[in-house]
Amino acid sequence: MSDLETFRAETAAWLEANCPPEMREPMTGEDDAVWGGRNATFKPGQKEWLNIMAAKGWTVPDWPKEYGGGGLSRAEAKILGQEMARLRCRSPLSSFGIWMLGPALLHFGTEAQKKHFLPPIARGEIRWCQGYSEPGSGSDLASLQTSAVDKGDHFVINGQKIWTSYADKADWIFCLTRTDKNEKHKGISFMLFDMTNEGVTTKPIVLISGQSAFCETFFDDVKVPKEYGEGVSSVVYEVNKGWDVAKYLLGHERSMISGGGSEGATSLGAKFADQVGRDAMGRLDDPMLRAQMAEMDIEVLAFRAMAERFGDTFKAGLCHPAQPNMMKYAGTEINKRRHELIMSAGGSEVLEWESDATNGGMTARSWLRTKANSIEGGTSEVMLNVISKQILRLPGA
Amino acid sequence: MPLYLNDDQQMLHDSAAEFMKGEAPVAHLREFRDKQCKDGFSHALWKQFAEMGFTGILIGEEEGGLGLGHVEAGVVLEEIGRNLTPSPFLTTAVAGVEALNAGGKALRDKYFPGIIAGETVLALAIDEGTKHRPDQISMAATREGNGFKLDGKKQFVVQGGSADMLIVAARTSGSAGDEKGLTLFAVDTNAPGVSRDSARLVDSAVAAHVQFDGVTVDADAVIGEVDDGDTVLRRLLNAGRSGAAAETLGVGAGSMDITVDYIKGRKQFGELIGSFQALQHRISHLYSEMEIARATVLKAQQMLDEGSSKAELMVSVAKAKAGKATALSVKEGVQMHGGVGMTDEYDIGLYMKRDRALQEFMGDVNYHTNLVAEMHGY
Repeated sequence: MSDLETFRAETAAWLEANCPPEMREPMTGEDDAVWGGRNATFKPGQKEWLNIMAAKGWTVPDWPKEYGGGGLSRAEAKILGQEMARLRCRSPLSSFGIWMLGPALLHFGTEAQKKHFLPPIARGEIRWCQGYSEPGSGSDLASLQTSAVDKGDHFVINGQKIWTSYADKADWIFCLTRTDKNEKHKGISFMLFDMTNEGVTTKPIVLISGQSAFCETFFDDVKVPKEYGEGVSSVVYEVNKGWDVAKYLLGHERSMISGGGSEGATSLGAKFADQVGRDAMGRLDDPMLRAQMAEMDIEVLAFRAMAERFGDTFKAGLCHPAQPNMMKYAGTEINKRRHELIMSAGGSEVLEWESDATNGGMTARSWLRTKANSIEGGTSEVMLNVISKQILRLPGA
Repeated sequence: MPLYLNDDQQMLHDSAAEFMKGEAPVAHLREFRDKQCKDGFSHALWKQFAEMGFTGILIGEEEGGLGLGHVEAGVVLEEIGRNLTPSPFLTTAVAGVEALNAGGKALRDKYFPGIIAGETVLALAIDEGTKHRPDQISMAATREGNGFKLDGKKQFVVQGGSADMLIVAARTSGSAGDEKGLTLFAVDTNAPGVSRDSARLVDSAVAAHVQFDGVTVDADAVIGEVDDGDTVLRRLLNAGRSGAAAETLGVGAGSMDITVDYIKGRKQFGELIGSFQALQHRISHLYSEMEIARATVLKAQQMLDEGSSKAELMVSVAKAKAGKATALSVKEGVQMHGGVGMTDEYDIGLYMKRDRALQEFMGDVNYHTNLVAEMHGY
């Protein structure tokens, strides 16, 4: 056996032996995700699974071991992902720290910052939120106004963020602030601070889904120290160079949101045929719905192949730097269409907003939630603009 | 295996790209169309394919070929598609060779040297109706003496007029709709009772209606096992479909490239039309669709080369997705070219025509979408 085949066999055996049975059941809703943090709540099996995976560094398998990662090669990390999917193991940890801040710190952080911040992220000890959007700035993110004023050994922050996902549950924030009012892109800094600081308040925003993952976040004379210890600056990269970090991080965010297109059961038809009904040939007996579902099967399988290819080329440095924008665009549009079909397949039953039969309208709420996919993290139209300008090099930048 | 070309495959890509662009660009297609060439392709070019090693890509090294896989065949096919190069590569060196690879040594010894040398052309006699329905094959092959007697009709036999040998799928037992009971035969086109009626297609390729009137072949002509032809046919179809998907991808990519170039240079209302957001969004959407199609085609080819049990599903996904993306590419291409897109002088219309022919070759988007539903059990 090749080394990779050995790794695959050993990984499969280890997962089989160590993944708690509860963590191998499909998730029934968003609250089945494990977010960790200081005030973490766990369902049976969740904490055990998080701890055992974190001990191996497998919450972040391809990060270096000294920062809490597994030190796996690209090929090994891919195999781990494939084996987890095959054995239906849930992700041990959902985390903006892993998806967004971590990659930015690995790229831009100092050694002291990496040693200080990354291991707790890998272990799920600190829950992070992202302070990017502001009221009125929309997809023109760089128009942000939240100010950070240099007061010697600390900054004073004033302003407001919006669409801060889970700000009310987060421990720390990675936040874009304006440190130079006379520059647009070159006057932004990327800062890390504790949400329990005096002057930070959050207010959930109720969405059309009836839920509130998003918050408004207010900063009123918040004091942020310049250092959290020897060499551990609260500013990542340099003051006024936060836009470079933000752009890099947006690439990761866009890839992450795009992942929505590839999650869940591959085949809607296989999932819903019995529920909708079958004809004498065993075919789903609504031919138009059957056709639409088969088309969606193709779109989802195709997008999965794209996601695999994107992951491989991204890590090998072979894809265009603007490619995450295309992934975000395609993934979110597919995910929206997929949820339209799920609603259609469910018929009248999934309309029940408040009943045990629908787990509190979960299907309908998820459908409504997906409508944000093509707005958050840059709208589909902005993604298409970026592709036009940066990849296809069309005129009129 | 990562989902991008490795160094060797990238080198093959570079040489195939340079070769097609240099020796057989779209002007080459026009030349053979305009002189009403009866075969629709250049035999001299087919010889050059052989010199490049392309004809032996799927033939084992011990038999004089390169011993490569579907990924490599796809690399060449994409460049064929991008340049609209007319050649018997897909029918002969990809689908035909793959069928013969499932057959006996005697057949391989008979045909492989000619294929490797760029002298032999094969064609596939599969379809009987106007749509691709291999499960409905009804052409009869009845046992006679030491061999079989073939009677029936085939159509859309691409390169059938110029082929030296036809791979014929016929029924030795059962009836249309049965999975078993098919047998594949290698039939020399000069065998008595074979008559061919060729027609030029919309894309300037030439395909034949082939009539078999009591054509007798001996048992050596059987590819694989009698009544077990679906095994060989499946290999042939997987190779042909993934290959057609790769060629389709090349057509879509080529069409998109010339359209992007065109809108970067064409002015209206005092502006380059490529600066209009209405066009930018549509062509960026197209770019996204083409990238996804590219991932499906490579994935299907890798899975075929690995012998994955899910390869067939991915082949259908690739044929359907490449078909959808490329149909979009040629339609947007003609529209964005405006009036000149309707003229014969501009190449974009040629891309639209090749796409239409490739859509019908070995199953269109609807056919493969239905297969995906069936493979998923609904």
